[in-house]
Amino acid sequence: MEYKLTFKEYSSSLKENKLLGLKCNDCETVTCPPQMVCQECASTNTEVVEMKGKGKIVTFTTSFIAAEGRESEAPYTIVMVELVEGPWIMGNLINGDPKEVNMDIIGKRVHLGHKVFLGDKYSNGEAARPLFRLID
Amino acid sequence: MRKVAVVGVGHSKFMFNSPKTGVEMLSEVAMDALNEANLTPKDVQAVFLGNVLGDFTEGQGMMQSFFANDIGCFNVPATRFEGACASGSMAVRDAFMWVASGFYDIVLVGGVEKATAMDTPLATRTFAMFGDSRYEYPAGFTFPGAFALLAHLYSSEYGIPLERLTEQMAAVSVQSHYYGMKNPNAQFHKEISVADVLKSPMVTTPIKLLDACPFTDGAAAIVIASEEVAKRLTDKPVYFAGVGQTSSGKLSSQSKHLPRIRARELAAEQAYKMAGLTPKDIDVCELHDCFSIAALIAAEGLGFFEPGTAGEAWERGETRLEGKIPINMSGGLKAKGHPIGATGVSQVTEITRQLRGELGEQGRQVDGAKVGLVDTLGGDGVIVNMILSTK
Ligand SMILES: [Zn+2]
Repeated sequence: MEYKLTFKEYSSSLKENKLLGLKCNDCETVTCPPQMVCQECASTNTEVVEMKGKGKIVTFTTSFIAAEGRESEAPYTIVMVELVEGPWIMGNLINGDPKEVNMDIIGKRVHLGHKVFLGDKYSNGEAARPLFRLID
Repeated sequence: MRKVAVVGVGHSKFMFNSPKTGVEMLSEVAMDALNEANLTPKDVQAVFLGNVLGDFTEGQGMMQSFFANDIGCFNVPATRFEGACASGSMAVRDAFMWVASGFYDIVLVGGVEKATAMDTPLATRTFAMFGDSRYEYPAGFTFPGAFALLAHLYSSEYGIPLERLTEQMAAVSVQSHYYGMKNPNAQFHKEISVADVLKSPMVTTPIKLLDACPFTDGAAAIVIASEEVAKRLTDKPVYFAGVGQTSSGKLSSQSKHLPRIRARELAAEQAYKMAGLTPKDIDVCELHDCFSIAALIAAEGLGFFEPGTAGEAWERGETRLEGKIPINMSGGLKAKGHPIGATGVSQVTEITRQLRGELGEQGRQVDGAKVGLVDTLGGDGVIVNMILSTK
């Protein structure tokens, strides 16, 4: 059985600021990032849908360390965003100074953009990742 | 299914920069475990190994076979388990099932890691491989980062101001270092205070250096046997009463339950059900405190405390030697150290020694302990729980 939405297709769309996921025709749940089946009911009766690219921050961390090859990125803020369609997705926050980000950020509304991680010697090529900017 | 017992244990000193190779660390503790059980390598029918990063740390894959040969377990089936930090526990649980099924009578289980052979950036990179490489690593995912996300979520979900939560988290590290001082095999022998934790360098908000376990070199091994064999070998067999194992996907896919870890609650349920026991029956527990916040979430998931209340329990001393549920009397991953492939085997070793009543001289024996619980978490996606019992 083939994937309806592979990583490569997801990543290429995200490079055009289009965040794709899967909507389940059996239970209505939206799964994003995509996978073979619906995260809620394991159905394969799904279709590819485009997310609105809006959501709210549910949690965050500002990292002062980084993995090999990414030292120049620190400090950076990782956020977990609940998309308006329901699923949570991990990305980076790009407003202001990462060192200033605190608990007040939780619940704030954000808008989606993207940045490309070029990959390193362990990665199988590049990967687009979500970047989020505060709306208000 | 037959009853199965731990009949011998071996445990290295956990440390930075071990002068020995992975195979050497492992072989030494395996011989100790066999000697304790009055067995020789020729009695071993199969070897199971937890090892995660041998490929990166020493350029050594499939260490299980070289290890088996090194100690004279010639040509036996040798199998390596990889489930990040839960690898050792996965190896133990599978070994238990092979003996319980009647296929083998005597199995040797080892775990080893030489994590400090890597520098910190490479170690951070390899540990990040236990998150989703395509959908989450690009955002700069690291392992401390995953638990840092959970810490802020824990604070907001349960309405605990972050300042209070970080004090509660510090209490976990303080207790672990206190008991680590009493464990000769621990990596750290240094008492620390809440103030020390709070003023240690920030790793990833709100996790500070002293909220995090170290990178560690170390090994542990156990020998397990069927009840019939065990009774011939030792007058203090420690039995497997219940086991559980589960998996889960990338962190974001667990959103319905976070900051609770659903996979743990299901694995623990399997183990309790099989043993016919409840959290109240557990006398002593070794749980997966890779970060201080992880200890709080684990203790709640195992059913010792209500969600959002474990931090207060640590502060009140309920997890100390004389408390309601003594947790991590070894010093835990924080002070004992966390050689990832060895950790689960080390936890089983610790509980075995507690149930045999051997730790009185070290000042960390839980009086009359008869039932113990092991909890191990691997990356985003593996949980193993095991209940051991004197009966
Ligand atoms: Zn569905």
